Amino acid sequence: MPMSGRQIMTVEEIRRAVIRISHEIVEKQAGTSGLVLVGIQRRGVPLARRIADAIAEHEGVRLPVGALDITFYRDDLSLIAQSPVVKGTDLPFDLNGSTVVLVDDVLYTGRTIRAAMDALVDFGRPRAIRLAVLIDRGHRELPIRADHVGKNVPTSREEVVKVHLVEVDGVDEVEIERLPAPLGETVGVSGTTG
Amino acid sequence: MTLEIGASGSPASPVPEAAIPVSAQAPAWRHRHLLDVDVLDWSEIELVMTTTDAMREVLARPIAKVPALRGRNVTILFYEASTRTRVSFEVAAKNLSADVVNIAAATSSVTKGESLVDTIRTVEALGAQMLVMRHAVSGAPYLAAAHFGGSVLNGGDGWHAHPTQALLDLYTMREHLPGGSVAGRKVVILGDILHSRVARSNIWSLTAAGADLWLCGPSTLLRGFDRWAAASPRIPGHGRFQVTSDLGAALAGADVVMALRIQRERMAGGLLPSLREYAARFGLTRERLAAARPDVVVMHPGPMNEGVEIAPDVATDPRSVITNQVTNGVAVRMALLYLLAGVHGEGR
Repeated sequence: MPMSGRQIMTVEEIRRAVIRISHEIVEKQAGTSGLVLVGIQRRGVPLARRIADAIAEHEGVRLPVGALDITFYRDDLSLIAQSPVVKGTDLPFDLNGSTVVLVDDVLYTGRTIRAAMDALVDFGRPRAIRLAVLIDRGHRELPIRADHVGKNVPTSREEVVKVHLVEVDGVDEVEIERLPAPLGETVGVSGTTG
Repeated sequence: MTLEIGASGSPASPVPEAAIPVSAQAPAWRHRHLLDVDVLDWSEIELVMTTTDAMREVLARPIAKVPALRGRNVTILFYEASTRTRVSFEVAAKNLSADVVNIAAATSSVTKGESLVDTIRTVEALGAQMLVMRHAVSGAPYLAAAHFGGSVLNGGDGWHAHPTQALLDLYTMREHLPGGSVAGRKVVILGDILHSRVARSNIWSLTAAGADLWLCGPSTLLRGFDRWAAASPRIPGHGRFQVTSDLGAALAGADVVMALRIQRERMAGGLLPSLREYAARFGLTRERLAAARPDVVVMHPGPMNEGVEIAPDVATDPRSVITNQVTNGVAVRMALLYLLAGVHGEGR
């Protein structure tokens, strides 16, 4: 993927952020009992796997990892035509009584997280839902905040934050780019979602 | 274009890790109506198939319902008798949380002489945003689409088209054929081709999928199809197919055999001497099926006349996927309602 914007996180910074988040998650839960990780499609899924790998390394426990697609829970039908592809939900564990850590790449408006919570509770009743994100870029439109943040990045609405991960894009980096002209909400385009 | 899940992956299969970098450009959906499959290009058919995979995953959930079409009004207007298609659309719409209104023309103002266009305007004024329609006259949904502000889904029009059936047939074939593809596979559609909207829609999608398609039946029920077959190489995007009354040649080495209903109500014109004669010469029996591949997939769009076009023991044979067709029908219709719901006004 060619670099077109200003780099705000390098490979090393992403790696350290994932390791720090993995420690925070275990610390907050006081252990790993009852913990499951759920990545939001698309880039939340490889991030959740990386966090699980890091926890396995320092705790010796492998946490279950699931994938959640929020397409059917979006609040704007007109988004279907732009990005109709459903990437699939796979939650191979019982959510009832578990502590779910939702994982996504970018926290923006909060609408994706709202949709993800609606989707999760259709599968069961978790004891708690927490949120871990690699980037928090602000501009929330809903009362949602992250429990674990890789990097806080002050942005303007005219900017786009692009998270690239090896598993999806062939390279690890985060860059920020200014849109040529003000566009509408870009929710639904992977890597720039709220 | 890039699709992220194996086309016919089982819904229970784990979400695949993206092993190869994919382009960020996702395919878009541009159709406002679904009147036939002939307007869908191959990437769009693939998108319907992968979206159907996702709907199958929804159907397997403890609560098989998602809020995708919450607040949407789906009106089902059927001018012809139907059980499975109507109920299938209704279940599909309800699984997507849509509000469903059912109108059976036999008990509506249609019997008082209301015209089709008037009925369409009326249901739109009553809040219909998506209209699922079945009509005995070929082309009626096209007229409806010209007068309706929302989306029209053709649930079968006359002899012309039954697009959701063709797509669920394709999905079911891919699910049951080794390798998950119909390309190069010998697919036989057997029976009353002449009166069959199922066959006409399937010709488009199966030749687009690269199947070795054979249409087989008494010559009176194949009238005109030889000319279509001869012209098909000159139709853009259309593949070749065979037309024959030689049942043995059609069934030899077949990968898929789909029997069509002999439509008693359309037999008044003396096209068949009798149902018994049809059953004796073209009925799908175990003995005849032995000429096909041992793992042949047996299909029927329903409703069946058992003992006429298909023997009861063939319909219930382990190789028969007739009930899978019904289950997949719900998932395919969910996929289509979902895809069409995002397109307004300017869509085609």
